[in-house]
Amino acid sequence: MTLLTVNGKQVELNAHPLERLSDVLRGALELTGTKVGCNTGDCGACTVLLDGKAVCSCLTPVGQTNGCKVETVEGLDTDGSLSQLQRSFLHFGAAQCGICTPGMLMAAKALLADTPRPSQDQVEQALSGVLCRCTGYRKIVQAVMEATQFVDTQTAPAIGHNVGAALRHVDGEPKVTGELRYGADTVPANALSLRVLRSPHHAAVFEFGDIEAFVRTTEGIECVLTAKDIPGLNCFGVIPPFADQPVFADKNARFRGEAIAAIVGDPQTIAALDLSTFPIQWYPQDAVLEPHEAMQADALLLHKLRDENILIRGLVERGDAELALQSCTHTAMVSSSTPFIEHGYIEPEAGYARRVGDRLEIFGCTQATHMDREEVAQIMGLALDAVRVMPSACGGGFGSKIDVSFQPYIALAAWVTGKPVTICYTRPESMRSTTKRHPSDITLSVGCDDSGTITAFDFHGIFNTGAYASWGPTVANRVPVHASGPYFIPNYRARSVAVHTNTPPAGAFRGFGVPQSAIAQECAFDELAEKVGMDRLDFRLHNALRNGQSTVTGQVFSAGVGIVECLEALRNAWHGALERAKQFNATTNGSGIRKGVGLATCWYGCGNTSLPNPSTIRFGIKASGELVLHQGAMDIGQGSNTVITQIAADALGVSALEIVRIDGDTDLTPDCGKTSASRQTFITGSAAKLAGEALRAMLLRKANVGADARLVFKEQSIELQGGGQSVTLDLKSLPTNEHGYVFMAQETYDPVTQALDEKGQGVPYALYGYGAQIMELSVDTRLGTVKLNHITTAHDVGRAINPLLVEGQIEGGVAQGVGMALMEDYRPGMTENLHDYLMPTIGDMPQFTNIIVEVSDPEGPYGAKGLGEHVLIPTAPAILNAIRHATGACIRDLPATPDKVLAAIQALPEAS
Amino acid sequence: MTYAQPKNLDEALGLLAEESWSILAGGTDFYPSVLERPMPSRVMDIHALEELRPISVEDSHVRIGAGATWSDLIDAQLPPAFDALKLAAAEVGSVQIQNRATVVGNLCNASPAADGVPPLLILDAAVELVSHAGIRTLPLQEFTLGNRRTARASNEMVSGLLVPQQSVQGQSTFLKLGARKYLVISISMVAGRMVIDHKGVIEDVALSVGSCSLVAQRLTDLEAALTGQVASKDLGSLVSTRHLESLAPIDDVRSTIAYRMDASLELIRRCVNTLGSTPA
Repeated sequence: MTLLTVNGKQVELNAHPLERLSDVLRGALELTGTKVGCNTGDCGACTVLLDGKAVCSCLTPVGQTNGCKVETVEGLDTDGSLSQLQRSFLHFGAAQCGICTPGMLMAAKALLADTPRPSQDQVEQALSGVLCRCTGYRKIVQAVMEATQFVDTQTAPAIGHNVGAALRHVDGEPKVTGELRYGADTVPANALSLRVLRSPHHAAVFEFGDIEAFVRTTEGIECVLTAKDIPGLNCFGVIPPFADQPVFADKNARFRGEAIAAIVGDPQTIAALDLSTFPIQWYPQDAVLEPHEAMQADALLLHKLRDENILIRGLVERGDAELALQSCTHTAMVSSSTPFIEHGYIEPEAGYARRVGDRLEIFGCTQATHMDREEVAQIMGLALDAVRVMPSACGGGFGSKIDVSFQPYIALAAWVTGKPVTICYTRPESMRSTTKRHPSDITLSVGCDDSGTITAFDFHGIFNTGAYASWGPTVANRVPVHASGPYFIPNYRARSVAVHTNTPPAGAFRGFGVPQSAIAQECAFDELAEKVGMDRLDFRLHNALRNGQSTVTGQVFSAGVGIVECLEALRNAWHGALERAKQFNATTNGSGIRKGVGLATCWYGCGNTSLPNPSTIRFGIKASGELVLHQGAMDIGQGSNTVITQIAADALGVSALEIVRIDGDTDLTPDCGKTSASRQTFITGSAAKLAGEALRAMLLRKANVGADARLVFKEQSIELQGGGQSVTLDLKSLPTNEHGYVFMAQETYDPVTQALDEKGQGVPYALYGYGAQIMELSVDTRLGTVKLNHITTAHDVGRAINPLLVEGQIEGGVAQGVGMALMEDYRPGMTENLHDYLMPTIGDMPQFTNIIVEVSDPEGPYGAKGLGEHVLIPTAPAILNAIRHATGACIRDLPATPDKVLAAIQALPEAS
Repeated sequence: MTYAQPKNLDEALGLLAEESWSILAGGTDFYPSVLERPMPSRVMDIHALEELRPISVEDSHVRIGAGATWSDLIDAQLPPAFDALKLAAAEVGSVQIQNRATVVGNLCNASPAADGVPPLLILDAAVELVSHAGIRTLPLQEFTLGNRRTARASNEMVSGLLVPQQSVQGQSTFLKLGARKYLVISISMVAGRMVIDHKGVIEDVALSVGSCSLVAQRLTDLEAALTGQVASKDLGSLVSTRHLESLAPIDDVRSTIAYRMDASLELIRRCVNTLGSTPA
């Protein structure tokens, strides 16, 4: 018996003394505001206060808490009103996906108890044990520094001014109270739990032993499921023509972490299960881990119809790059490589499934509800409408949670057992089995004339796509379209190839291969600018794409190309930074510290490449006067719940705060497509605008009032005011439709694109977003360590629907770019946890200056363009260019860890 | 699985005399070790042994009890010779870890990258082991035998660390190098302690390097070379690669052999430069 005080209340527990405090809080005490991201003390999401001190509750045996005082996020508010600290997090946009927020809040509470006005250093020190993958940390630091003194000023945006307002996340409050339910936070009564048995080998053949005996002799096991239990197709994949991944491998495992079987039983049994007792015989096989080995003629084929292990090739070609290179005055050749990169969301894959009659319901974290439904229906051999996907809150995704992961296992188990079944991946399981960023191997030659005009560009990229297709085809297609960067290049050839190896499937990760290709392109541009003798910013401006010029796919925009504006916006910051670095380096006193400045740019097409990707928004008015927006774009922290609501509000003519949302549930919301490809603001936003306008037109027509009428929603009525008159629509006297609405609009938007021909010419996207970033950093030339000092960003978002959220996306994307540049390196079997796989901490980020550029796009809603992926693209090359500027050392094989930086410095001619 | 939470040291030693136990203190190494692995068959939780908690300054030595956390150490009033250990304490994992993890647990876990070992080596710390049969003390170098291996017998537990008063002299510092700012396992780390006499001459110096061999090491040749030199901020120029010959770093996910040697040399130079220019 353990006696403790939790949030001021005495509780008695019958838990085993070795149970983790986090499990007891979340289980017996139902305080699921405390999150678990790793169970090893590496992420800090589970931070609570134990007798006033911050501890990881996942590392605290409940037997050691007898007589102690425990405080969790649920205890932060007082009498139902938010504490100043919680309101500060909302005010500054410090919570995006919200999964780290409880840990951050509790760590901050411990600090503020002693230090009400902490410095930036004190905040960083106090919060350094909590990882955040969304925000880039700056807004969290600000929220804690200002917590005791900021003035809470939010008011409802004025009618017609929702778009452009720095509105807080409209779904933010339950993130700071801990009430929001993520994948692991809801456990239905009497639920079974499930664990997946996975291959410990990169490549292996296997044979099961006596599974029936295992089930019979292991108490608490309900069943074991394998490939033969799948009623439909034992195959899934996000791009149907390429779908190739089995739910359960059948005799042959192609990567370490591949699912072999699922063991279902009561939760205690499953939690304590020693998987080494499972009856299976492994026969490890030779594995190919690198594309250059996999493409050898004698290499074993992972998939027998894919020669040389090649999944797909991509090409965009315009003019004759090879020929044009021969007549260039200056050329630069760059080879670059990047490793696997883990998405690193703090919420591991989790959820539950249950059978309701002849239907399946799946609750859990996802970026793509309707795609999950299609995949599960196919695997289960069920009709589409027999599957309902009810998304939980999503604690980060960044691309990986577009693919199904846990869903098929619990769906099958719930169907077979008739009972609800839960799952929660361990951190190593999440890292081993889910998709990664494609490792890349790139060679690029670029040439220009003596005036610095680029005339030729020849790119070749090999992408390791892992054991299964996932989004490999998308990477192979997107990269050749984007490898030019936002520049006008008359003679262009970009070839890509996606190659299978015995590694985790590489899939979607913020930028689909473009962050990798931008490294080669932007580093080559710096080298070329130097050869021409031009300022690096001027060189980019000189070659920047302009309205009326053809992109590398032959597309010509008459408006909306914003790269020149981004570069111009950075001009002052650029010259200031160069001057600061020059002065520092001139006066450096034997410390070995050198400062450098790097610049890089991006462009990124919003939406699917030359494929339909419609979004549909339903917007209705109930007889009660309630205004309901069916918003199916998954908000994974980026803010689509807020942005889409703002757009809908202005289109209709109300305040965003008057709108009630229904999010995501496939039974309740039309398909808004996946949260991916920087498409939600643009595409779902356009659908929301159309729906809002249609609903408004309906009301105006019904009341027969002018176009500028003002709508006032009242209890059971709407008053339309305008032109000196007022008309009231009595809602309860009007009929409702099958959805229960008196007035309802449902509109679909699908951007117009055009297929690419065999040379990659066509209209891949209806619009692109643009950006540029300047990184200022210091290199310790004797240790090879890099300290990021300051970043200035300029991103063209067309129209900032919500400037606060735009900044949140920029800072979070930069953080992932920092990780990619300096530390992240996923190696199967070696870095499968969050202490061997390093992501940036709160102490690794630069200071930010963000310049929001608005070059309106005629196709975007209110001129808006996508942003989510763009922001990550320039960061890594800006860092590499700054390291080169500081030291002369060219790092082209990422990450630029201290050993590589020092080796590159030592290899410089002047060093020897 | 058998679990025990003895209320005092005698009870704990009685249990240890009968069977071998996995000893749990703060839990920060225990729980990661059981992720995806079964629990050990017998776990003894020594958290309740209050007598092991204090850090005390005694006539002949400073004692760090086996229950003392890194945060306890940071908060303790200790002479500058302990600054290196306090700097290391502030870099053990995170505040959350420092509030739970014990200094002694760090030694018992015996990772080549244990943050506590280099700063305790320069303090000539000894490990006190108790069992039903009695007490023995071992120099730290003899306690840590290799990667995850210590000299603790299965019937023993570590009751504390003893730092002799003759080593509680001079100034000390600690440098940890990793690929990110916080929450990082070191690529290399260096601890140093220096006693400078009133004429500015180095009377005594202790230097150690961690993460560059199976067990962190003292650099005795370099210590001998520096002793008797005039302290200055340029002492680092006296350090050369031959002073690092005893190190045997490996290539791993964190770094390369070559880098560990180069970086360690640089860290040692910075360490002695700092100590050489610190007023006594």
